[in-house]
Amino acid sequence: MNLHANHDPSRFSYYMTDEFYTALISDFTGWQADDRVVGDTAERELFRSILEKEARLLDRLFFEEWLGLFVPECAYWVPSTSNQGDPRSEIAVMFDDRRRLEDRVFRLRTGNAWSQAPASRTTRMISNVEVFKGKAADLRMVRCNFLISEFRDNETRILTGWTGYRMSFGAADWKISAKQINLINCDQCIRNPSIIL
Amino acid sequence: MVTVEPTSIGNRANNGSQFDWDRLVQEHRVHRTIYTDPAIFDAEMTHIFGGTWVYLAHESQIPNVNDYVTGKLGLRPLIITRSSDGTLRALYNRCSHRGTTLCRWDKGNARSFQCPYHGWNFANTGKLRGVPWPDGYAEQLVKNSEFNLAQVPRVESYRGFIFGTLNIDAPSIEDHLGPIRKPIDEWLDRNPGGKVVVCEANRFKYKGNWKLAYDNSGDGYHVIYSHQSLIETENRFADEDTAKGMSYYQHEPDKLPMYIQYMGNGHHFKDKRPALERRPGGLWAIESLHPGMEHVADKLRGRLGERAEPILDLAGSEPVNINVFPNLSLLGNHIQVFQPISVGETDSVWYGTKIEDVDGSLGSDVLNDVNTLRMRTQEGFPNFGEVDDLTNFEQIQRGLECIEDEWIYMNRGLGIPDRFETLPNGTIKGPSTDELFMREYIREWKRLMADSPNNTIRREI
Repeated sequence: MNLHANHDPSRFSYYMTDEFYTALISDFTGWQADDRVVGDTAERELFRSILEKEARLLDRLFFEEWLGLFVPECAYWVPSTSNQGDPRSEIAVMFDDRRRLEDRVFRLRTGNAWSQAPASRTTRMISNVEVFKGKAADLRMVRCNFLISEFRDNETRILTGWTGYRMSFGAADWKISAKQINLINCDQCIRNPSIIL
Repeated sequence: MVTVEPTSIGNRANNGSQFDWDRLVQEHRVHRTIYTDPAIFDAEMTHIFGGTWVYLAHESQIPNVNDYVTGKLGLRPLIITRSSDGTLRALYNRCSHRGTTLCRWDKGNARSFQCPYHGWNFANTGKLRGVPWPDGYAEQLVKNSEFNLAQVPRVESYRGFIFGTLNIDAPSIEDHLGPIRKPIDEWLDRNPGGKVVVCEANRFKYKGNWKLAYDNSGDGYHVIYSHQSLIETENRFADEDTAKGMSYYQHEPDKLPMYIQYMGNGHHFKDKRPALERRPGGLWAIESLHPGMEHVADKLRGRLGERAEPILDLAGSEPVNINVFPNLSLLGNHIQVFQPISVGETDSVWYGTKIEDVDGSLGSDVLNDVNTLRMRTQEGFPNFGEVDDLTNFEQIQRGLECIEDEWIYMNRGLGIPDRFETLPNGTIKGPSTDELFMREYIREWKRLMADSPNNTIRREI
């Protein structure tokens, strides 16, 4: 029982418990299996539309609206190894709870985040969307490939990889409870990794 | 037994004489070309990265016999190995036959390395073990030490930090480190058993000269402006009872008891500890906000009472910058390594560290809590601070394309009476925003560039 359940996760970080990490790692292990694929076309279209909306919000720098796609007690995770690793004993490229995700947005909005002044322009391609059953009835795991073209400082470069989403069904709709972004070069040196992925 | 070969053929260890160092490096300013001239960069790859001790890897990356990690000495690709008798070596990752790199993985465990080109096979000591169809050679290659892998002739570990140099006349690693050993020792000894374990990294690349990162490593002058967005973010909850993170830089940092100290041989030390309250939990109290921190703090305090405070400090960032010339910086809990790629490109890797429960006094639950939190605290600065530094380094490199505007200044503090104090051990202390350390380290850089290091390679016999 979380004694601090009434604490706002945007302000305090009480939910990142052992249980949270354990469930996160368990949910992100062994999920991409044929026998867990959700074949229903309508459901797949539903998740594809959520992912496309997310890409649009990020490309348009609508970060606050983007945050609304996540459940309050969420995780945003960019592993630093290609096997995802264990964020409890390894540094990740990024590992944010709700508050730090909002820190990320806050920093970009200060106007003094020199790595994003001026801001990068991006277009995101989302493809190969597949939906898998989660470990509970109200969970889905969604995989897509991504290709972000980022224009900044007279150069266009590509950031690419695949994303795993843990989607939770809340009161009325599906929201992201964890987003794991797997850059194909996650264990190599990356120039200016300061956009939201 | 080893054989030592002077690197006379085609070597550039003595190419320093073509430059007028006194003109390029003056007391208060340096010339733009030391950051932009490919010929000076080439000279650095022997005079600095080769001619003096260079950090190569951490022992915790190769804890077991036959472990290896690939790395670099300047531009030379290396395989850093721990052979079956525990000996550390830095082998050139270059087949003695045709020059192919032997190992293309970042790390692993191997007793031998087989060249993917013609199949020559080398032990992790560098000895040639065999070649395909040896009867096609007039001699038995395995009996000729010329065909063993080249290796860095001097490889030493200082408390887990592995350094190498090609210069057989260089002083011992202990003497070379000199007074900077004390802050290194303190940085290690605050952790159980005086040790840390490397655990992945935040890895960056920037399009700028490597010295831009070393110039920045002790720079207390840039903090309040370069990291404005970070400090605002760290302190965005106005009802917080204490200021977080690097806020202590905000008001007249030169009047605080923190200081910069030049430690000799190019090393320097920024000590912010005196500006903070020294008590158990004091470090934790100013730690900025990180995922899981309230949960773990409550849990440990509930279980351990006051004993929780020093344990939480282990997850907090130690407020020091220990800069070991030319490519190592210990800051917070990070081991940061600068790796030159070309005159205008550098990799900057922030290795994370975790602790071990060396004597069993923490217990596995507490250890896991501390390390988990320590991962999250360490991800903070690279994500919200370093990216802005790297952007500024890139923009310096661009600004230096203004050929006629030749000079870069490092004169802050110079000429102000009583601003510095020279201590009996020869180190020099000054206010934290001073550019004293830049002037001193670049003087050492200049000495090395004008010198003729006795660079060699060695091979097993």
